[in-house]
Amino acid sequence: MTSPKASRLLLPAARLKETVSAGIRQQAARTLERRRLTPIVPPDSIAGRAMVLVIAIMTFLSCLTLGAVTLVRDTAAAWQTEIAREATIQIKPAEGLDMEGALGRARAVAASYRGVRGATIVDRAATARLLEPWLGPGLDIDELPVPRLVIVTIDPVERPDFAAMRAELAEAVPSAVLDDHRGWVDRLVAMARTTVTIGMAVLGLMLSATALTVIFATRGAMAGNGHVIEVLHFVGAEARFIAREFRRHFLIAGTRGAAAGGAAAVIVFVVFSWWSSRNVATPEGDQTAALFGNFSIGLSGYLGVALVVLLIAGLTAATSHFTVMAHLKRIET
Amino acid sequence: MIRFENVGLRYGMGPEVLRDVSFVLPERSFQFLSGPSGTGKTTLLRLLFLSLKPTRGLITIFGKDRSRITREELPHIRRRIGVVFQDFRLLDHMTTYENVALPLRVRGREEASYRADVVELLKWVGLGERMHVLPPVLSGGEKQRAAIARALIEQPRILLADEPTGNVDPQLARRLLRLLIELNRMGTAVVVATHDIGLMDQVDARRMVLSGGRLEIYD
Ligand SMILES: Nc1ncnc2c1ncn2[C@@H]1O[C@H](COP(=O)(O)OP(=O)(O)OP(=O)(O)O)[C@@H](O)[C@H]1O
Ligand SMILES: [Mg+2]
Repeated sequence: MTSPKASRLLLPAARLKETVSAGIRQQAARTLERRRLTPIVPPDSIAGRAMVLVIAIMTFLSCLTLGAVTLVRDTAAAWQTEIAREATIQIKPAEGLDMEGALGRARAVAASYRGVRGATIVDRAATARLLEPWLGPGLDIDELPVPRLVIVTIDPVERPDFAAMRAELAEAVPSAVLDDHRGWVDRLVAMARTTVTIGMAVLGLMLSATALTVIFATRGAMAGNGHVIEVLHFVGAEARFIAREFRRHFLIAGTRGAAAGGAAAVIVFVVFSWWSSRNVATPEGDQTAALFGNFSIGLSGYLGVALVVLLIAGLTAATSHFTVMAHLKRIET
Repeated sequence: MIRFENVGLRYGMGPEVLRDVSFVLPERSFQFLSGPSGTGKTTLLRLLFLSLKPTRGLITIFGKDRSRITREELPHIRRRIGVVFQDFRLLDHMTTYENVALPLRVRGREEASYRADVVELLKWVGLGERMHVLPPVLSGGEKQRAAIARALIEQPRILLADEPTGNVDPQLARRLLRLLIELNRMGTAVVVATHDIGLMDQVDARRMVLSGGRLEIYD
């Protein structure tokens, strides 16, 4: 038996416990009820699921195009600066020419110009290594009339005055030929520009096609909802309310599709980039790397993908909004 | 409460469906709207519900000129008018309970604040057991009662019912009619569109009869 004192203490405690658990039960019931409320917009119909799929596919293709264009643009720019960063002075051997002296003079001339960051003579050993594939190992440079090179490193921003350099070289070392890679760079720039322009045009077409497809797919998915819009309208829902419900529903559906498509495209780029970096040492890897850099589309590429995804999701929501408004206007004649 | 003066209506370029229709619907009144099929009963109800604009004539509703009511005001005025459509117009993806609660939900009311009222109303129309069922599995008469409950949930000042006994047996028709009369006794004006003479004979109420686009009233 409990003492009266103890039961006096027990009673409020039990009551407290009861109140608390009742409160918890009520809270649980309330959250359960709230979760049970069906969304105003019916769950996805077949047309709705087709829309999500179409959005995913179109986003994927758009993002691939965008990534490819980014890649080409970055690669072209990299090539340009790479090649524009160097010039070479070639000195052909001639009767009675002191090759080492001529190389030294040529380097001194080149180094004296503004915009030249440095000039290095390709020494005998390096020259031999360069020629090894053609002439075989164990080559003695001094026995053959091999031309020698001075590599001039250039500040790509402030290029030196090549005409003046060429004239001065002709005086100092008559058998020297200066190649500033101008022809190469010009052709590359032209080619890169054309490629990027074509890429941009393709991207533009791709994005327009995506926008149109998304609009039609959304309208297709909305077609079955005319009845819902009417009922909501007749039970006194304001246009803003109806439009908001549909916008939200289609924003979520559109984001789902677009994010899936964008993610798939990013995965493709990441996998290619990983593959090319793993294959750097192999001939195939080197070739693709030479063509496309390392396949990584860089920060701007990823931002572009994110932007495309957001735009497409937004477009889906906007289309549903305008479809609702147009439908309401038609009812209200 | 609602006044029509020489109201005419045509759909597009078609013939005039309603011609020179004039009448007054007083508060708390009960009336039948009858006439052969295709004479414009639904059309007249749509005018009353503000989902159509008259091509000519004057409609005054709750003291307001119909032609001056803007699109933004419409939802507010509609809340005072309950409608039961000829084809019910329930949303198939929502339960009966949610369908009946829809007018309150679209106004942004919290579910907890109206749950008891909705349940009470569902019991009153005899759907207490069918509350959590989706409309596609309801019988015609049950759908009809769900539609009536939805029209009543906001306690409108007038109820418009389009063929509420259209596809139910005579016994259920009588029960639905009693429901509407009870509602009228509690203060709601009621307009019942029907071409069921047997139904009208059960109540001594005002009759508005449409024929050839004109309206005759028998008090
Ligand atoms: N949206 C519309 N566009 C054109 N004509 C219409 C439209 N709605 C109804 N009508 C025509 O108006 C006339 C009246 O139609 P209404 O639906 O009002 O008749 P009703 O009396 O309700 O018929 P029922 O008893 O069969 O329901 C009919 O001739 C119909 O063809
Ligand atoms: Mg009709």
